[in-house]
Amino acid sequence: MNRRALRRVVSNAMVGLMILAVVVALLPLFFILFDLVVQGAGSLSVAFFTRMPAPAGETGGGVAHAIVGTLLIVGAASLIGLPLGIAAGIYCAEYPGSRLTWITRFVADVLNGTPSIVVGVFAWAWIVATQKHFSALAGSAALAMLMIPMVLRTTEEMIKLVPNSLREAALALGYPRWRTSLAIIVRTTMPGIVTGSLLAVARISGETAPLLFTALGSQYMSLDLNQPMAALPLTVFTYATGPFEEWHRYAWAAALVLILVVFVLSVGARLAIRRRFSLNG
Amino acid sequence: MTTTVAPEPVAVPEPERHEPSSLELASYGDVLFRWLLTLAAAAIPVLLGFLVYELWVGSRLAIERFGLDFVTTSRWDPVAEEFGAFPLIFGTLASSLLALVIAVPLSLGVAIYLTEFAPNAIRQPVAFLIGLLAAIPSVVYGLWGIFVLIPILRTSLFPFLRDTLGFLPFFQGPIYGPSMFSAGIILAIMVMPYIMSVSREVLMAVPDTQREAALALGATRWEAVITAVVPYARSGIIGAVILGLGRALGETMAVTMLIGNRHEIAASLFAPSYTMAAAIANEFSEAVGDMHLSALAYVAFLLFVVTVVVNAGARLLIWRVARGSGAGSKAL
Repeated sequence: MNRRALRRVVSNAMVGLMILAVVVALLPLFFILFDLVVQGAGSLSVAFFTRMPAPAGETGGGVAHAIVGTLLIVGAASLIGLPLGIAAGIYCAEYPGSRLTWITRFVADVLNGTPSIVVGVFAWAWIVATQKHFSALAGSAALAMLMIPMVLRTTEEMIKLVPNSLREAALALGYPRWRTSLAIIVRTTMPGIVTGSLLAVARISGETAPLLFTALGSQYMSLDLNQPMAALPLTVFTYATGPFEEWHRYAWAAALVLILVVFVLSVGARLAIRRRFSLNG
Repeated sequence: MTTTVAPEPVAVPEPERHEPSSLELASYGDVLFRWLLTLAAAAIPVLLGFLVYELWVGSRLAIERFGLDFVTTSRWDPVAEEFGAFPLIFGTLASSLLALVIAVPLSLGVAIYLTEFAPNAIRQPVAFLIGLLAAIPSVVYGLWGIFVLIPILRTSLFPFLRDTLGFLPFFQGPIYGPSMFSAGIILAIMVMPYIMSVSREVLMAVPDTQREAALALGATRWEAVITAVVPYARSGIIGAVILGLGRALGETMAVTMLIGNRHEIAASLFAPSYTMAAAIANEFSEAVGDMHLSALAYVAFLLFVVTVVVNAGARLLIWRVARGSGAGSKAL
């Protein structure tokens, strides 16, 4: 009896420890979100979104240049990365037997594990070093490179969820393969593909490391992709590591904006994906 | 669903023989379609090859000058153009291992609890919340680390550790805020969601018969987990941990902001240190000469090689457990 009781106590104790682990694991999330809101919300104002940074030491600036910069850089990255990633994902799902599929999938996994800073060095060597000046476009290229493997894998996984009978039905009706792929398979999975794309956009909007020596950052509003450009994550980094109290407040506010953007994109995408594919487990 | 009724094909003999051409058109379409997709799919290996090539070109100067001594020497002097990356490599490995020491028990605890014990109602929400940790940008972790985590650690945990475990070399010396330890803790928070979600996928792929058999033999629920479920998923869990290691090795911004950035090796975890990624982030845009740039690119090259090896190993292990079920790849 004693042994039995002991075993039961051990079992319960372990479960208790695991619950503790859950609590400890969730603490940082609440702490971070709480601090962001407490420290950042106070500095949010219309001026923060619409004005340019004030000279160092003065109050009352904004980060309009960084918001515009992030939109442009991420937009350009999506224009390159999304079509390429989605098309390659369709290839991998539609021609599963081909050797290229195996290679591409493997390479996508390798790229997925590649640190973003390394991709930044690549974009620097490829574009910045040859052009001899920093440019937002190099940053977009690096971000696109980070997007491709993510989009590719989600597209492929989503297409694989489509039941084969749907494909067979279309082919039996005399649809050519390309129309089957585009009008039946891709269309059925469109919500999944959109979700995957949104997740990828969310992921790269917060990326800082690949922009450090490509887009570089700037104190001015710039719309020229061929020039250095500010971006929200870079602003957070510069202001957080800078010496001024005022800068630190801006860093918190900018981080709050950044995380809101990222969360809205990724939470929205996740919820959409769950509703759509919950039946498939 | 709307169903459109296709017009009945009328069996009228066509005077002009255009019917085969639509078939031909379809097959042209197929060929074109396949070509376009093949182009996209082939572009990705080409891009990777290009990445390796550019890294090699960028680091060629340093590779020719220092060779493999680069890995083992410790001098980092941009002015004298003498570079050795040993402290960086050491710092990268040490901070990542420290992160794993903290993160692995936590994430496995959470993963096991969520798959085996938790009430159904909280499984998804908790997994979702922890997944949110993975969505927080690295630079935000860095910001939070500088202004919240470090002040807390400096006044509470660090002095406590020095007082109680000060006889160990790891917990001696002056307490700065930015240190190997601070970086390790922030890294642990950052890699935890990855380890958690992949090991959760792997645990969910364990067949129920494993659990039922153990329970039928009279095991308690914990015993069933530890004797029948975890061993079954072992190589997958190891894969998840190695995958976390891969993330930690390449993590840049938060570490750069918290580790103190000093090219030195210290036994104490309270001392500032440096990592490969942090050195690239800090020095690249203001490097003083071609050799300095090249040395940093060499560091990037090494980091790339290490992460590829680590990730490939992790994936092999995960595939062995969850072959075909797609588990693991989802979480990546």
